[in-house]
Amino acid sequence: MSAKEYCTASAARGGLLVVSNVPGVAFGDRVQIRDDAGNNRNGQVIRCSNEEVLIQVYEGTDDINLESTWIRFLDEPLQIALSPEILGRIFNGIGEPKDNRPPIVSSVLRPVGAGAINPAARTYPKEFIQTGVSTIDGLNSLVRGQKLPIFSGSGLPHNRLAAQIVRQAKLVDQESSFSVVFAAMGVSNTDAKFFEDAFADSGVLGNVVMFVNLADDPPIERLALPRVALTAAEYLAFDLDRHVLVVMTDLTYYAEALREVATAKGDVPSRKGYPGYLYSDLAEIYERCGRIKGRTGSITLVPVVSMPSDDITHPIPDLTGYITEGQIVLNRELHSQGIYPPVHVSSSLSRLMKDGIGKDDTRDDHPHVASQLFALYARALETRNLASIIGADELSERDRRYLQFADAFDSRFVGQKETEDRSIIDTLDLSWELLSMFPKDALSRVSETEIAKYYNPAE
Amino acid sequence: MTDTNTNTDNSNLTGTIIDINGPIVTVHMPGVRSGAQVRIGNVGLYGEVIALKGERAIVQAYESTDGICPGEAAEDLGWPLSVELGPGMMGQIFDGVQRPLENIFAQAGDRIPLGLNIVALDREKAWPFVPSDKHEPGKEIASGAILGTVQETQTVLHKVMVPPGISGELLEIAPIGEYKLDDCIARVKAKDGQVHKLKLYHRWSVRRPRPFTSRDDGVAPLITGQRVLDTFFPVLKGGKSAVPGPFGAGKTVVQQQIARWANADIVIYVGCGERGNELVDVLETFPEMTDPYTGRKLMERTLLVANTSNMPVVAREASVYVGMTMAEYYRDMGYDVVMLADSTSRWAEALREVSGRLGQMPVEEGYPAYLASRLAAIYERAGRINTLGGDKGSVTLIGAVSPPGGDFSEPVTSHTKDIIDTFWALSKELADARHYPSVDWVGSFSDHVETAAKWWSQDINKTWQARRAEALSLLSRDAELSRIVNLVGPEALSSPQRWVLEGAALIKEAVLQQNAMDSIDTFCSPAKQFELLDLVLTIYDLGAEMVELNVPIQELQELPLLGQARRLKSSYSSEQMDRFKEFRGEIDKVFNSIRLEYAKQGEAA
Repeated sequence: MSAKEYCTASAARGGLLVVSNVPGVAFGDRVQIRDDAGNNRNGQVIRCSNEEVLIQVYEGTDDINLESTWIRFLDEPLQIALSPEILGRIFNGIGEPKDNRPPIVSSVLRPVGAGAINPAARTYPKEFIQTGVSTIDGLNSLVRGQKLPIFSGSGLPHNRLAAQIVRQAKLVDQESSFSVVFAAMGVSNTDAKFFEDAFADSGVLGNVVMFVNLADDPPIERLALPRVALTAAEYLAFDLDRHVLVVMTDLTYYAEALREVATAKGDVPSRKGYPGYLYSDLAEIYERCGRIKGRTGSITLVPVVSMPSDDITHPIPDLTGYITEGQIVLNRELHSQGIYPPVHVSSSLSRLMKDGIGKDDTRDDHPHVASQLFALYARALETRNLASIIGADELSERDRRYLQFADAFDSRFVGQKETEDRSIIDTLDLSWELLSMFPKDALSRVSETEIAKYYNPAE
Repeated sequence: MTDTNTNTDNSNLTGTIIDINGPIVTVHMPGVRSGAQVRIGNVGLYGEVIALKGERAIVQAYESTDGICPGEAAEDLGWPLSVELGPGMMGQIFDGVQRPLENIFAQAGDRIPLGLNIVALDREKAWPFVPSDKHEPGKEIASGAILGTVQETQTVLHKVMVPPGISGELLEIAPIGEYKLDDCIARVKAKDGQVHKLKLYHRWSVRRPRPFTSRDDGVAPLITGQRVLDTFFPVLKGGKSAVPGPFGAGKTVVQQQIARWANADIVIYVGCGERGNELVDVLETFPEMTDPYTGRKLMERTLLVANTSNMPVVAREASVYVGMTMAEYYRDMGYDVVMLADSTSRWAEALREVSGRLGQMPVEEGYPAYLASRLAAIYERAGRINTLGGDKGSVTLIGAVSPPGGDFSEPVTSHTKDIIDTFWALSKELADARHYPSVDWVGSFSDHVETAAKWWSQDINKTWQARRAEALSLLSRDAELSRIVNLVGPEALSSPQRWVLEGAALIKEAVLQQNAMDSIDTFCSPAKQFELLDLVLTIYDLGAEMVELNVPIQELQELPLLGQARRLKSSYSSEQMDRFKEFRGEIDKVFNSIRLEYAKQGEAA
C-alpha cells in the first residue's frame, strides 16, 4: 500500500485535500504529498469513504497543483521517533528537526494520538511544586501532574511568568530527572527567541525539548504540535521516569487553527464559529498530563491561553477552565500599576491545592493562611471600591486597615522580581507579616495555636 | 458482552463499512434494527446504530475510529445498547458503556485499548444467595418479585428480582448457597409455555426506562449534610435538581459532598466529560471515608461511571443512560438512590457533536432541536415510585450544568431549569470571595419547601419554616442595603439597618459557608443545621432589641460572641449538640448584662 502513489486529487481548499478513488485507506493514517516542485508535505486522513478521502495537509495547500500532486498513503498513523537524544533539540509541529541537526534515529516510534489514560490507572496528584512565585505557591499551589493554565491577554507578561516558572520550578524533596517540554504554537519569532534565551541563561537548555511553530509557519501544523509535544513528554515521563513540565503557548492560536480547518471541512459551528468538538479536542490535549500508578515520572502542564479582548468567557479560556484543574489569571490593571507578576488572586484557583499543601508537604499553617488571605483580600477589595466612591477619608478605622492591607498585599505579596525565587517558607512568613496588620480577633480562619506561633505585628 | 439472557436469532447479521467521519461510521447492513449494538472494523469497536437510510446504517462508535478502513466488516450483536444488572456493581468504576475500568487496567495497562471484549460483571465470583421464603415452586410469580437476596457489600443487600417482562409459574428456585452469575437460580414458566431460566443478573436496554407500578409523591427531603442545600433549598428523595455554575464555582465539590454525605442507600456518580483526576479523588478517598449513617465505608454503597473529557465523546452520551439504568435497578429493589451527573452540559455537547456530524439542522447555539426533549426524558426518569415488587424506591437525579461563560440563559441551563424542581445556582462572585458552597440565595429555588417543612417540623423543630423564611428575608434586606452602602458608604445607614448587615454577614459566615475540607464542618446533621441557624437568628433578634435600647452598634459589632458564632460550625460536631445549648446560655448571659447596663443608664438619664 505505502509504495503506491496516487495523483487523483480532486479538490484543494483551506489546507484540505480531497483525493478520489483510493480504496483501503484508514481513518487517521499518515499521508505524504509530493507537489510539482518536488517538495514533500505531510498530512493526515480526517475522513474516508469508498469514494473519497479527505486529507488535512500540515504544510497547507497553498501552491498545490491538482494534476501533478502525488499522494502516498502510509499504513500508519502520524508518529515520531523518540530517544533521550531529543533533549536539547528543537523540532517543528510534526516532529521534524528545526535546528539544522539530523533527525532522531530510534527504534522507539510512538503514534502521536495516544489512547485515553484509564481513570482507574491514574493516581491523584499531590506533590507540591515550588515555583518561587508567591501568588502561585502560597494561594494557588501547583502539584506534580496538574494542569494549570495561565489566562492572559495580549501585552501581559505571561511569557515572562512561564519562563520564570520553568527556571524556578522544583520539587521540595528532589531536583534530579526534571525535564521541560516547550510547545510553541503561533508565537512570534521574538517570543520564541525569548524562551530559548531564558532556557539557555538558566542552564536548563540541555533538559528542554522545544517544539516550535512560529506565527508565520503553516497554521495547520499547530493541530499536530501539542500532540507531538505530549507524546515526547509521555516518553520522558513514563519511559525515562522523569518529571516533565510541559509549557504550551499559546492555545488560543491552536484553537484558531482548529476553527480554520473545521470551517473548511464544513463542520457546524457552535460558539464564535468554533466547532462543537472544541471541548473534546482541548480535553484530548489537557488530559494527557497526570500521574499513572506504578510509574515514577509525571507530566505537569502549564498552558498559556490568551483571552481575546481579555474576555474570560470567550470559548477558549472558558472551555479550558472547565477541563483544567484551576487557572492563574493575569490582570491588566495590576500590570499597568507596574506589578509583576500581575496575578489576579481572586479569580485564580488551584483545584488540587488542598492535597498538596499543609503539614507534611509545605507547612501546617499553609491551608489556613491561604484561606485567611483570600478572605481578607476579598473584603479589602470591597473596601477599595467603596473608598474610590466616598473617598478614603470617610472610611472607618477598621476599613482603613483593609485598604492598607490591600496595598501591601499587591505590592509585597503579589509583586516580586522576575529573578526572585521565594521559597514557600518565605512566602508563608511574608503572609504572616501581612496578616499581622490586623488585630488577632479579625483572623477567624487561622487557629489559636497558629496565631500564637506566627502572629507578629510590627511595632 | 458476549453473553445474554435474551437470545435473538438475527445476531449474525453482518455488513461493510462505507464511510468514516470521526465517531460516525456508515455501514452497509440491510435489515439491522435502529438502536442495535454493533461491532465495527477488524478491531471490533463498539457502536450503536442511531439512524437508518435504506440499506445503510449510521453508527456512532463508542471508541476512537483511528485506523478503521472503509471495506472492513461490521457485525450486529443482536441487542440494543444495554447493561448487565446484578451483584458486583457496587464499588466498581465503569466506563460510559459499562466496561469495568479496574479490570481493563489489570488486563491492558494504563490506556484503554480499542475493541476490548470484556464483560461488565465478574462471572467467576460466587455470591451467597439466600432465597426468599415468600415464593414456593408451583405458585405464580410476577415481574419484579424478589426471588432472594445476595449480600453484595457489607452495606448493600442486593435483591435478586424477576426481570420485568417475565412472569408465570415458578418451577424451581435454588436453595441457599453460593452461585456464580451464570448459574440458574430459578425457572419460571410463562403463560405461553416458554421456560425462562433466571440468573443472578439480567440485561436491560439503557434507553428504555425500567417499569414500575405507579409514581408516588416525595415525602422526605434528601439530607445532604450541606446547610445551604438542606436548610434553604431542599431537594426531596426522588427529586430532580440542577447545579449550574461557571468553572471554578465549585460544582464538583458540591456534587462530591452530596455523594459523600447524602442519606441515600445507593450513590451513583456519573463523571461525564469531566476531569480524570476528580474521579481518581473519589476512587482514592471513598474507600477510606465513613458513611455517617451506617458507619461503613462509603465506597460500599457507591458506583462510578466514568467518561472523562478525553474519552470518546459518543460514550459520553451513553454514560448518563447507563448510570440511570443502574440507578433504576437499585430503585426497583426498594432503595433510595442518588444519581449525580457531572456534567449534563458535556452530555448535551455530545448530542450536539453527533447531530452536527449527521448534518442535522442546528437550532440554538448549534444544539439539535431535540435537546429539550432528551433532557426532559432523562430527568423524568427520576422520581419516587411504587416498585413492581410492592415496595417504594426513589431515584434522585442531581445534574451539574456547565454554562459557557457562566451564562444561565444558554440552551442547556434554560431547558434544564424548565424541568427540574430544585435549582442550586452557583455564583462566580461568591466563589471569587471564597464563599463556598457558592450557592447564590437569590438565583436558587426549591419547589418542595412545604413538603420538606413537614419533615423538619416533625423530626427537628416546629419553627424550621419560619426561621428559614426569617433568614432569607434578612439576606434580601441585606442585598438592598448593600446597594446603598456601595453608593454612599455605611455611615449613611441607621443603626437598625447596620445591624441587619451584621446579622446577614453572620448568616453567611456562620451558616451558609461550609468548608468541605474541614473534618468537622464537612458534614452537618439536620439538628446541628437548625441549631446554628437558630442561634445566629437569636443573636440577631437580641441584638436588634439592644439597638432599640440605644446600645451603640459599635459595641455590638465588637462582641466576641459574633466571632465565636462564626467558629461554632467547625468547633463542635453534630454529636456535640449539648455544646450548642451551652452557647445559647452564653448568648443570653451576654445580652442580659448589656440590657441591664443600658436599662440602668436609661433610668439614670
